[in-house]
Amino acid sequence: MSSIAAPTSLPGEEPIEQKNYLNVKTTLSSWLLTGDHKRIAVLYLFSIFFFFILGSIAAGLVRYELTSPTGRIMESETYNKVFSAHGIIMIFFFLIPSIPATFGNFFLPIMVGARDLAFPRLNLASWYVYVVAGILMLTSLCLGGVDTGWTFYPPYSSMYANSQVTLTILAAFLAGFSSIMTGMNFIVTVHKMRAPGMTWFRLPLFVWAHYATAIIMILGTPVVAITLSLVLVERVLRIGIFSPELGGDPVLFQHLFWFYSHPAVYIMVLPGMGVVSELIANFSRKRIFGYEFVAFSSLAIAALGFVVWGHHMFISTQSMYQGIFFSLLSFLVAVPSAIKVFNWTATMYKGHVVLAAPMLYALGFIGLFTIGGLTGLFLSSMGTNIHLTNTYFVVAHFHYVMVGGAMMAFLGGLHYWWPKMFGRMYADNWAQVTALLSFVGFNLTFMPQFIIGWMGMPRRYHYYYFAPEFQAYHIASSLGASVLAVSLILPVFYLGHSLKYGPKAPPNPWGAHGLEWQTDSPPITSNFESIPIVTDEVYDFPEERTEPDTHLAAAATGNGKAKKGGS
Amino acid sequence: MLHLPNLLGQMNFPVAPEQASNFAGEHDLIFYTLVILTIVFTALVGLAMVALAVRFRQGSKVDRSNPKHEHLGLEIGWSLPPLLLGLAVFFLGARLFIKERIPPKDAMEVFVIGKQWMWHMQHANGIRENNTLHLPVGIPVKVTLISQDVLHAFYIPEFRVQYHVVPGRYGHVWFTPTKVGRYHLFCAMYCGTQHSEMGGTVIVQEPAEFARWVQNGGDELAPMTAPQMGEQVWNRYGCGNCHVQSDTERAPTLVGIAGTARKFTDGTSAVADMAYLRESILRPWDRLTVGYRDTMPAYQGQISEEDVVNLVAYMRTMSPEKGALVAAPQGGGRPEGAKPVKERVAAVGALASEKYMDNAPPRKRNLAVGAISAQDGQGYRK
Repeated sequence: MSSIAAPTSLPGEEPIEQKNYLNVKTTLSSWLLTGDHKRIAVLYLFSIFFFFILGSIAAGLVRYELTSPTGRIMESETYNKVFSAHGIIMIFFFLIPSIPATFGNFFLPIMVGARDLAFPRLNLASWYVYVVAGILMLTSLCLGGVDTGWTFYPPYSSMYANSQVTLTILAAFLAGFSSIMTGMNFIVTVHKMRAPGMTWFRLPLFVWAHYATAIIMILGTPVVAITLSLVLVERVLRIGIFSPELGGDPVLFQHLFWFYSHPAVYIMVLPGMGVVSELIANFSRKRIFGYEFVAFSSLAIAALGFVVWGHHMFISTQSMYQGIFFSLLSFLVAVPSAIKVFNWTATMYKGHVVLAAPMLYALGFIGLFTIGGLTGLFLSSMGTNIHLTNTYFVVAHFHYVMVGGAMMAFLGGLHYWWPKMFGRMYADNWAQVTALLSFVGFNLTFMPQFIIGWMGMPRRYHYYYFAPEFQAYHIASSLGASVLAVSLILPVFYLGHSLKYGPKAPPNPWGAHGLEWQTDSPPITSNFESIPIVTDEVYDFPEERTEPDTHLAAAATGNGKAKKGGS
Repeated sequence: MLHLPNLLGQMNFPVAPEQASNFAGEHDLIFYTLVILTIVFTALVGLAMVALAVRFRQGSKVDRSNPKHEHLGLEIGWSLPPLLLGLAVFFLGARLFIKERIPPKDAMEVFVIGKQWMWHMQHANGIRENNTLHLPVGIPVKVTLISQDVLHAFYIPEFRVQYHVVPGRYGHVWFTPTKVGRYHLFCAMYCGTQHSEMGGTVIVQEPAEFARWVQNGGDELAPMTAPQMGEQVWNRYGCGNCHVQSDTERAPTLVGIAGTARKFTDGTSAVADMAYLRESILRPWDRLTVGYRDTMPAYQGQISEEDVVNLVAYMRTMSPEKGALVAAPQGGGRPEGAKPVKERVAAVGALASEKYMDNAPPRKRNLAVGAISAQDGQGYRK
């Protein structure tokens, strides 16, 4: 990957500048063989950015094609391959690794006060596995792509599809292993490598969210890996597992697939919730409201997320009684999600709210996630699910959660930690406008899709000349997508510009209190000169106190004020 | 029942599907309840965020004394409404679902087979249809579903009815159509290349009109071209059982036969014109093509001249495409300006949107029609 070009081009004119993780060594091998979690995070950042561009191009093609009921530039076969590529790339190669592998990798060790993750080489290996998976994916695209959709439902995928199913499944299989490795690293690091005084209830909520995510990663991903390999066994060896022609059961696949893929939704959104908890607290200059509730709601979502998979299958010939339980449990997931939303909102009460770009993204996240979550209730209610499932309503719903949620959080996190990661400030006014633009563009894109879904437009449809009443909505959606696209391209320019021309970032440009803001910007390779001793709360903002900020100095005197005293 | 299109329908800019079955009203009541809940909660959260962000913006002079960081009562207080409302909606949804899963005993039965990329309907009285489903209004219908190949989903948005069509096991849905009209039938589960064109029309008629339709043997209500009627004859007599896409031991193929020179066992030869084709149907043994025995029954006295005319017209449209007996979409033998033979029955668009006929079909439309017909032909042969 040529992804390391940007960081190495950072200027280091000042002769007495302290070496940081970016400029300590600049050779290619120092990047490709690094054990530094921060460098691996940067490698990941550029790799997922590459796949994000690919996935976005596919999305753009889909939106353009759908502006006409009879298509514009593609045949149906091509269209099917394009939407499949969009889904597979965005889910397996962007959303799942996005926040954990970049910000999680970079900041989780620093936030708990460690010098690195527990297993640095495993961490590097996870990136290489991801890259190999990515190359396989690109190969399958070059050989013609796959037309099964990201769900790989058999018997279509195993017996009928005449495209690159085998290669693509191998790619998804491998990408899964990279997230298992990341998850193991996170769990061990959080358990064993917290700095002295960093109790569980002093951990930033970002760490809690990643802990919950890591549990899903290591419990869920092996199941999808096995399931996808069973599809390959059937496709390549003709051993009947899912296809009735060979004595298998296609509904079994759906059970196994969603056993992972529903929790995978939380792999994508929980880290985003962690980012948003940080942003809301830091830009309100206030301890997060109901810390324990926000922390435990992450674990509750992770746990409940494992027992709701059947709500994807109410009308799949699954037993009605089974469906009733899955529906009930799905409604229960709404509660921890609602708790988070209410606590974030309440945090701003009596705070000092700063509407910098990251905060705007966080507020956008809350708004879009609220809509995404509430429209989930339409689908977990069995009666309405019958009509809405497999339609654009589902498409709009999960884009509100995945794009409105996970991607807004990713962009918020990127703007928040950019000065720390690369040591440069960007133009905040540009970023603020971009954040607003993305919110508007997003709603314009996906709100019309709720309506056509409700009117009965099935998803994954290339033509709709038999129902031209949908066209106005499709055009509106495509226009919205253009606005959204602009809001995604702008950051490339102003963030890229900041790398070379942006003012140098101070260690703590936002006046935040977490350990990552106590180090240099960018941090040195070992993160801290000496391991910090934590004596106060991560959200213990100076604005909320009468005494001067103590930071780490307090540690030396043992004068931690510990307003809340940890656990 | 609450129904938005009545308010906005005049603008020809629909915002909701028609309500055309017994379930639609109850479904929409739950749906609109959820819409209101969604709007109220989103507005509450949105307004609270904006209000707090403005009032407590950095530098504003407001009372910030005694900030709260936790409040058990508040946490419980704001967890309970979502929980209770959620449980209420769960109950309503589950009740409707259970209702939709238990068909009444006296329901009229229809069997539906899904295959790439067409719907084959089989009425209990023996009438078969492709991609259209005629139903009487006001009578409960139980549809039994199975797939011949991959997963499909049988979806009629105006009825709020959908169920997966799974290979290897039966599924069923039931409903009572409540309104005369034409409704969309969609395949809602991705099933391969022409997934988006695997659809058709549900035609709900007055019971008397439906009875008439049944009496006519399920013939299409619109006038048909000779080749279309000929195809029905072809299917009725099962000609495709022996005459397949290429010559076999049993019978020669009829694909492209019209106008070709035939050699006979008696040493003579002739061009296969209309007269010869008619003769071979009525008295096949008179002039047997070289290499074949007198296996075919004589249809003299069995078949009307009208049927023969149509059958011959159909044979003249057969062309070798996709290796099956296909009524060539562009082929000769049909009147100027007539629609392609299979388009009316096989393609989604033609019937589904008669009112939108201006809409041009996609470029490859005729290919699509051919492919559907190919599947069709194989189906009849089995």
